[in-house]
Amino acid sequence: MRIRILGARVIDPASGLDQVADLYLADGRIAAVGTAPAAFEAEQTLDARGLIAAPGLVDLSVALREPGYSRKGNIASETRAAAAGGVTSLCCPPLTKPVLDTPAVAELILDRAREAGHAKVFPVGALSRELAGEQLAELVALRDTGCVAFGNGLASFASHRNLRRALEYAATFDLTVVFHSQDAALAEDGLAHEGPMASFLGLAGIPETAETVALARDLLLVEQAGVRAHFSQLSSARGAQMIAEAQARGLPVTADVALYQLILTDEALADFSSLYHVQPPLRSRADRDGLREAVKNGTIQAIASHHQPHEPDAKLAPFGATEPGISSVELLLPLALSLVQEGVLDLPTLLARLTHGPAQALRLPAGRLAAGAPADLVLFDPQAATLAGEHWLSKGRNCPFIGHVLPGAVRYTLLDGRISYQA
Amino acid sequence: MTLPDPAALLPGMAAELTRHLQAHHIDTPRFVGIHTGGVWVAQALLATLGREEPLGVLDVSFYRDDFTQGGLHPQVRPSTLPFEVEGQHLVLIDDVLMTGRTVRAALNELFDYGRPASVTLVCLLDLDARELPIRPDVVGQTLSLAPDERVKLLGPAPLALERQALASA
Amino acid sequence: MTPNDAKRPLQLNDQGQLRHFLSLDGLSRELLTEILDTADSFLEVGTRAVKKVPLLRGKTVCNVFFENSTRTRTTFEMAAQRLSADVITLNVSTSSTSKGETLFDTLRNLEAMAADMFVVRHADSGAAHFIAEHVCPDVAVINGGDGRHAHPTQGMLDMLTIRRHKGGFENLSVAIVGDVLHSRVARSDMLALRTLGCPDIRVIGPKTLLPASLEQYGVRVFHDLAEGLRDVDVVIMLRLQRERMQGGLLPSQGEFYRLYGLNTTRLALAKPDAIVMHPGPINRGVEIESAVADGAQSVILNQVTYGIAVRMAVLSMAMSGQTAQRQLTSESASEEPN
Repeated sequence: MRIRILGARVIDPASGLDQVADLYLADGRIAAVGTAPAAFEAEQTLDARGLIAAPGLVDLSVALREPGYSRKGNIASETRAAAAGGVTSLCCPPLTKPVLDTPAVAELILDRAREAGHAKVFPVGALSRELAGEQLAELVALRDTGCVAFGNGLASFASHRNLRRALEYAATFDLTVVFHSQDAALAEDGLAHEGPMASFLGLAGIPETAETVALARDLLLVEQAGVRAHFSQLSSARGAQMIAEAQARGLPVTADVALYQLILTDEALADFSSLYHVQPPLRSRADRDGLREAVKNGTIQAIASHHQPHEPDAKLAPFGATEPGISSVELLLPLALSLVQEGVLDLPTLLARLTHGPAQALRLPAGRLAAGAPADLVLFDPQAATLAGEHWLSKGRNCPFIGHVLPGAVRYTLLDGRISYQA
Repeated sequence: MTLPDPAALLPGMAAELTRHLQAHHIDTPRFVGIHTGGVWVAQALLATLGREEPLGVLDVSFYRDDFTQGGLHPQVRPSTLPFEVEGQHLVLIDDVLMTGRTVRAALNELFDYGRPASVTLVCLLDLDARELPIRPDVVGQTLSLAPDERVKLLGPAPLALERQALASA
Repeated sequence: MTPNDAKRPLQLNDQGQLRHFLSLDGLSRELLTEILDTADSFLEVGTRAVKKVPLLRGKTVCNVFFENSTRTRTTFEMAAQRLSADVITLNVSTSSTSKGETLFDTLRNLEAMAADMFVVRHADSGAAHFIAEHVCPDVAVINGGDGRHAHPTQGMLDMLTIRRHKGGFENLSVAIVGDVLHSRVARSDMLALRTLGCPDIRVIGPKTLLPASLEQYGVRVFHDLAEGLRDVDVVIMLRLQRERMQGGLLPSQGEFYRLYGLNTTRLALAKPDAIVMHPGPINRGVEIESAVADGAQSVILNQVTYGIAVRMAVLSMAMSGQTAQRQLTSESASEEPN
């Protein structure tokens, strides 16, 4: 399908392009930016005056809940929600049932994703079998089936030795390992950031050291193994600092942070609202500010939604009995734009952290808006507003931002030159 | 019609009460005032009678029948009865008798302390607006008010009666 | 970015009266004083031949205890009975798989059976809030203890004890000793003391048993018992549970007793007329010496009596507040044009 998109302000963080230009799409790719290719006959024209065109967002952490957690969501519903948020490429974590530790599960996910056709799915495979942290999963077989990186979720490896070996194995084949650094013993039974709020509410605390102690260990082992490492879901300023120091030492480490960690703090817990129960937990203002700074200066080069939809029962209980997670992928772009509205980031930097940054971290064929690249785009109106929750697509309504008015509104999301979402 | 001066009513009430107690052969009455106005009247009455016995104070908040409409009164005070109720002749004193419900509550409360031998009811004013079969034995004065009027006793010294208009519904 | 309308505090009705009793956080000095004054009246009821008043006659109070407790349950039962209410007690055991479901459904079912008030005790912090907010907003919820968060009736009965034995809070020095980290009683006590104007609140214990960020309560922290007890007027000893030894928080009960146990010698460091309190049940020889627990300065048994009166006060005030709210709501509904 040949599509012509007229009059948008085109921003491509990868190349630094930021100007009003027409876009020409053909055969699922961007044929040209600016001037029409010779003899281009558009079958569809989109009037994009007043809109911004950016590469489709790349979300490194979207739980699709399939296979195994159908009450919480499925690939069709959650990728559809992602498209509404402006996302064209996403990574799903290995926490499925069965765990994503065999090629069969990876194939199932990729097939379903292709069938649904709302977003490109790049699975993150399990680093260890059953995510138990002992036996290695068949990383190369998983890679060949389409896994782009490997991780163990929040479950740490009990044995440092086993972790080291897993990292060395991954390094052998130049595979990227995704870390969710949290020391299980220090975090034990914790529900909220160990600070004044948790103290006051009587909630068991997860100290900052649960993250930093694990990070220290992980970074040293990464250095020793020479493996490519991506640190996901950072929650503390100190943790971001440790990543910066490692990068300064020349280690090939990248990092992402959940968008809600840049917005919320543990103060949100004041009424015991389970909507704010997340893992790793929301921490202090100082942590949020440190994370914002790290995103600004590029230490953290990716912002992810960390989308975790849940059925209502999972949140309808006293705080400690609820499951952690926020469902928010369908708000990714407008919610992220609130950071621009508040002056935390400028628009090009924000878009870089949502497109080029994440794509680079996991070496994904995504996040660029240039001639020859896949036609994965988002067109949004920066002057409009989104009433979160109005047309909710995700199966999980566990989102504290529902009812909020967010800046900006996604008008179109295009996937391989085909409209995957239209407002 | 003007409201009477309570001080002027007391001598008459004292005399009538004395007659009543004698007629019923009550030698050691126990005096109980219903908080707050009844207590003031009781104190003034005891002074008029020249008696110095201890006065019981009854707060009927927990026995009222309007809990489901109005809820708990914000200023509950403890009741204090410095004597046994069991087998005693009580003189129950209140300031204004209107519907009779306060007296009903007071009687219920007194009976939860024990079983009195008798209860004599003394009221400064009877507004002749009873909704229950409660009848005072000694009254200072009987008055009729307009439907939207109420009377309030101010005190403890000097005692004075004040007319109040009810806020329109 | 937040939704527009400001939230009415969950515990209060539109007129600022108590409609749930979940925590002492956010309650004014006036309201706490009102609870104490009302409790005083109910104490008097306990001295009569008939220890009942008809205030809650015809109302059904459900004690829903997800955590075992004989003492708190019994005093709530007595309090409700002395108000002439009908009382049902449910001891619900929680299994980790069905926790949330059981709580929600259990209470909804009870509400459907026309319970007028719930007294809830639960192992999860925030359980009472959850019920008041999401399960039964129109049924008064009284928090009988939720996890580590709050035990507001215990806090108030402790305050009544202090007021009755010490007159007021203005010039008082109060020490809370022991496992504050896991104690909902301590949290409620600290909040109440601060609201009621106590100028010197001290918390004494080893680092492992004290929560982070205690300064937000306006208290002074001591790790040395002798130093902390010097010249205090009130000593509140907290219970030390056996599990604390297993969790690596303490080496042994013996060492705890040696360092933080209240014996006669240590008590002598406080003012000569200092009172000794304990929420109970006491562990003799672990946090307190028998001689002190049974001694002249101990008001531990009085606390139990005050507990009934405080609970009667809270039950009646909350019922009253809910009733008033229903009236206000129906009045404003009837004012709307047809």
